[in-house]
Amino acid sequence: MGAARLYVAVAAGGFRRYATYRAATAAGVFTNTVFGVILVHTYLALWDERPHLGGYDQAQAVTYVWLGQALLAGLAIQGGGFENELMERIRTGDVAIDLYRPADLQMWWLASDLGRSLFQLLGRGVVPFVVGALFFPVALPDDPLIWLAFGVAVVLGAVVSFGIRYLVALSAFWLLDGKGMLQLLMITGVFCSGMTLPLNVFPGVLGEVVRALPWSALLQLPADVLMGKADPLGAYVFAVAWAVVLLVGGRLLESAATRRVVVQGG
Amino acid sequence: MESSRPVGGLRAYGLIAGMWIRSSLAYRASFAMTVLGNLLLSGLDFVAILLMFSQVDALGGYRLPEVALLYGLSVTSFGLTDLMCNSLGQLGQRVRDGTLDTLLVRPAPVLAQAAADRFALRRVARLTQGMLVLGYALVAVDVDWTPLKVLLLPVMLVSGAAIFGAVFVAGAAFQILVQDAAEVQSAFTYGGTTLLQYPPTVFGKELVRGVTFVLPLAFVNWVPAAYVLGRPYPLGLPEWAAFAPPLVAVGCCALAGLAWRVGLRSYRSTGS
Repeated sequence: MGAARLYVAVAAGGFRRYATYRAATAAGVFTNTVFGVILVHTYLALWDERPHLGGYDQAQAVTYVWLGQALLAGLAIQGGGFENELMERIRTGDVAIDLYRPADLQMWWLASDLGRSLFQLLGRGVVPFVVGALFFPVALPDDPLIWLAFGVAVVLGAVVSFGIRYLVALSAFWLLDGKGMLQLLMITGVFCSGMTLPLNVFPGVLGEVVRALPWSALLQLPADVLMGKADPLGAYVFAVAWAVVLLVGGRLLESAATRRVVVQGG
Repeated sequence: MESSRPVGGLRAYGLIAGMWIRSSLAYRASFAMTVLGNLLLSGLDFVAILLMFSQVDALGGYRLPEVALLYGLSVTSFGLTDLMCNSLGQLGQRVRDGTLDTLLVRPAPVLAQAAADRFALRRVARLTQGMLVLGYALVAVDVDWTPLKVLLLPVMLVSGAAIFGAVFVAGAAFQILVQDAAEVQSAFTYGGTTLLQYPPTVFGKELVRGVTFVLPLAFVNWVPAAYVLGRPYPLGLPEWAAFAPPLVAVGCCALAGLAWRVGLRSYRSTGS
């Protein structure tokens, strides 16, 4: 399978590329840890007032915070993956070269982004999580099967995250300047994924809406799978459904873009 | 003939910032949209606080208007600093690609140039959002206002902005040594303003001690606001500590200035 080898090579390239910047990775780990400490205290105060808020006890709320810090960079929850680069290539017209390559544009970037994801999950996610688990009360399962189920949920989350960001990146074919869209991506990412507050704490209709959006597959579902709050199969179905919708949407948008839009530079 | 260095620095800052403002206003629609976007983005953490208060009546013993006061003070003073010298947070990039050299050969103070570099007027969004929340807090909060307490408000904002400014300058000096440390700086700047949005009672004693005595961010709002709200500060500081922010700010700025000189002197260009 030549194609599979190609995408594995692209993914490995994405992994190595991010692995190059050790000081930046260490700096990121430090920042994630600091924000984790701040957030944990606010959550503890909140759960002090309302024990079992959103169905979590204190240890589960703390676990949720550290999962958020661990997944933030890896799943590019507030953006910051391949999309900046692809948008820049669309703006400058370099994307025309990508379209000539004997590889699928979407699969190419998916492979590269999954490589980046894997590095950042390991390089930036593990240390803050371990620090959090050592210094704060957390609720972690002993069963390795649950950890495996959690791993699958994270991978699906990475694909959903890619699907969202691919659509955002393609918008540059029409808008050229992607700043506004990137900002929108950041706002929706931070708010709808549950980075600020677990989605099951959101009140009423607002809560039901955000829990049905694709962003809930990034943090809320993996967290609930790990803490035994959600049935893994149900979570997978939800994530896979959104991944398919987003990826197919990406392909449709891509073909519309390449057919109707004259690439920059004639 | 020659004007003094601080005046020259301010003049250079004004000229460079003015240039960036004119360039950003060239695309008015894009500018308006990014301001709106920044306003939303900056408001998200207050939305999170509102969501918390949709579930509880008090957080760490503080009610919503009191938390809003802390939030407003923190975000307004940080917003002022963020508007004026945000690009200091990205100085490492200039060191990495060697463009810091350009600033060194120009006849204007490097710090003024680095701070005004890529001045982004859209950052007024955070300042505006902070002031809106502060306005709400001042209307809603239950305080026996005395002339002293009223006077303390602008003093807090200016001192707070200066304390954050010192963190930005010290961070920039550190980035000359470690170019990839931009995120470490964010932990103290954005992390700092986030920390101060919540009551000190929420955090552990050690953490509160650290940001009071080591990195004195607590003087941006926690300590003086405790006096305004008539609440005891967790560490039992004497009452006059509430009026210390200007002194703390001056001290921080002096230390940051020193760090900046050391950092700049140790600068080695990329060598190509």
